[in-house]
Amino acid sequence: MSLRLLAWSALALLGAVLPWIASDYYIDVASQVLIYAIFALGLNVLVGYAGLVSLGHAGIFGVAAYAAAWLVAAGFGHLPAALAALVAIVLVSALYALLSLRATGIGFLMITLAIGQILWGLAYRWIDVTGGDNGISVPSRPAPFGLSLMSAPSFYGFTVLVFLLAVLSMSGFVRSPFGASLKGTRDQPRRMTALGYNVWCIRFAAFLFSGFWSGVAGLLFCYDEQFVSPGMLTLGSSAEVLLMVIAGGSGTLAGPVVGAALVVIMKNVASAYIVRWNLVLGIIFVAIVMFMPEGLVPGSARLARWAYAEWQRRRRAPAALGSER
Amino acid sequence: MNQGLLLAVNSIAMGGLLFLLASGFSLVFGLMRIPNLTHGSFFMLGGYLGISVLGKGPDTLSQVSLWLGVGGLPPDLAFWLAALLAAAALAVVGGAIERLLLRRLAGQELAQVLVTLGLSFIIADLCLMTWQGDPIPLSPPPTLRGSLPIGHVVFPIYRLATVLIAVAVAVALWLVLDRTRLGAMIRAGVDDPVMARVSGIRVSRLFTLVFALGAGLAGFAGVIGALILSVEPGLDTDMLPLALIVVILGGTGSLPGAFVGSFVVAFLENFGQAWRPEFAYFMLFLPMLLVLLLRPQGLFGRHAP
Repeated sequence: MSLRLLAWSALALLGAVLPWIASDYYIDVASQVLIYAIFALGLNVLVGYAGLVSLGHAGIFGVAAYAAAWLVAAGFGHLPAALAALVAIVLVSALYALLSLRATGIGFLMITLAIGQILWGLAYRWIDVTGGDNGISVPSRPAPFGLSLMSAPSFYGFTVLVFLLAVLSMSGFVRSPFGASLKGTRDQPRRMTALGYNVWCIRFAAFLFSGFWSGVAGLLFCYDEQFVSPGMLTLGSSAEVLLMVIAGGSGTLAGPVVGAALVVIMKNVASAYIVRWNLVLGIIFVAIVMFMPEGLVPGSARLARWAYAEWQRRRRAPAALGSER
Repeated sequence: MNQGLLLAVNSIAMGGLLFLLASGFSLVFGLMRIPNLTHGSFFMLGGYLGISVLGKGPDTLSQVSLWLGVGGLPPDLAFWLAALLAAAALAVVGGAIERLLLRRLAGQELAQVLVTLGLSFIIADLCLMTWQGDPIPLSPPPTLRGSLPIGHVVFPIYRLATVLIAVAVAVALWLVLDRTRLGAMIRAGVDDPVMARVSGIRVSRLFTLVFALGAGLAGFAGVIGALILSVEPGLDTDMLPLALIVVILGGTGSLPGAFVGSFVVAFLENFGQAWRPEFAYFMLFLPMLLVLLLRPQGLFGRHAP
């Protein structure tokens, strides 16, 4: 346990001193890691705690970014644009939930996939509004309380704050009765119904919570890139964030964060050396599902526990032999 | 010729092509209960392989064409040979994927979906690596060139041929499924896998067979489709959602459903593109959503997915 605390403290320290020791490029990579970590934490609410695998969350991510970008491009200020985007996130999440929660399992996956594709099609083809493949560029970043976020370190600081908020709300959610009842609907939906819980309502609320943080991540992404394009809404984008959740370990708090760090760092740093990034991504995907289905964080923890137990056993074994003699 | 009629002709040809693609997808989905997200990649890979067997495209693989001696054959024969070779190659690839990967995840539908998704990334990138990014068009073999005037409408022959091939495949599939012992076993597996297993059918062996058949059909469709669409990166993610819509509209595991669904989707796509291109995708997916919400088992299906 103390080892885990040590690891987290070291990471937190690294995160805190990063703006003073790293170049702008690496600070930006760190911001992206945090943004995708928020996105993955949001999706994890459904995948990990509700047992509902969505393959269309990039749609929510994208709608948030497009709403903000479109309003800013239309001449609105950043504050009303961001507020309107938050409203849009909730509305889109509710629409997703209303349509997709009629099913679970593969049916749920396909309905979310279909909605995601519809939204992608609109972003790509509805050129009058979305600019099609050219996307919409956002000339400035918001300046909350007069603090400019245009430099990489200041934007990183802002992202850290939002990330901490997301983690706080997630850990609160996991410990709350609501989190417990959501896990109940995942494992024993019929029993939960028999106990008098409204399974549909619990799932609906979970979807809104999940969609909210996914949308917030999209909003941050729009400020970070200062540009939105249909690429944000593709099936590949939905698959990538699902990979982060599953690679790190769904149903844990640390898993999605580790998964996001792994994928974003590999994508940004390794793609400078590896041309065939998608090939690597696909191989990781297949390998994790085949060999470490519980994800890297629980999987490594299991391996470490096994290795420790094995080491203990070996250490004791000669002593036991000695006492017999 | 007015535009609506031209669109209708194109839609019919596209419907035939979609049936070739979706019938295999539907059988796999119906039997194994997984939407095989690699199916679009099988289609694209089939198209690329067919083109390479015919000696077109980048030089890297035209060796294959020389080695197989296809170059010396009459062009018509070479085309059909290429289509069959692509189908055979994809059947082997599909069978291997089922045996080596999906088999180990038996019963875990979600894990199987994720593996097929990962495989589709791998295949897409391998295709990009091998055949580069440029679209590769394929011209029809001599007997399928030209056009046929029927009344005052002129039909391009290769588009008519696509429909005929689709009908031929549909009849062949129907005969196999409806008239043979193997077909009866597959139908039993689709309807009630547990009972089928209990009554002595080796359902897991059927999985491999049907998966290979589906992949082979997708590969065959890829070569036929190369006449209508040009083979290029992204073709896999263009075709996969279409197959998905067809199967959800028609009902999983239902051959008549796949047939009707293919033409519905083809008409929606072609007319949607022509009428309001900005909402074409919306018009395609809306019927699918409605079916999922109102009749989850599809128009002709018996099981909800």
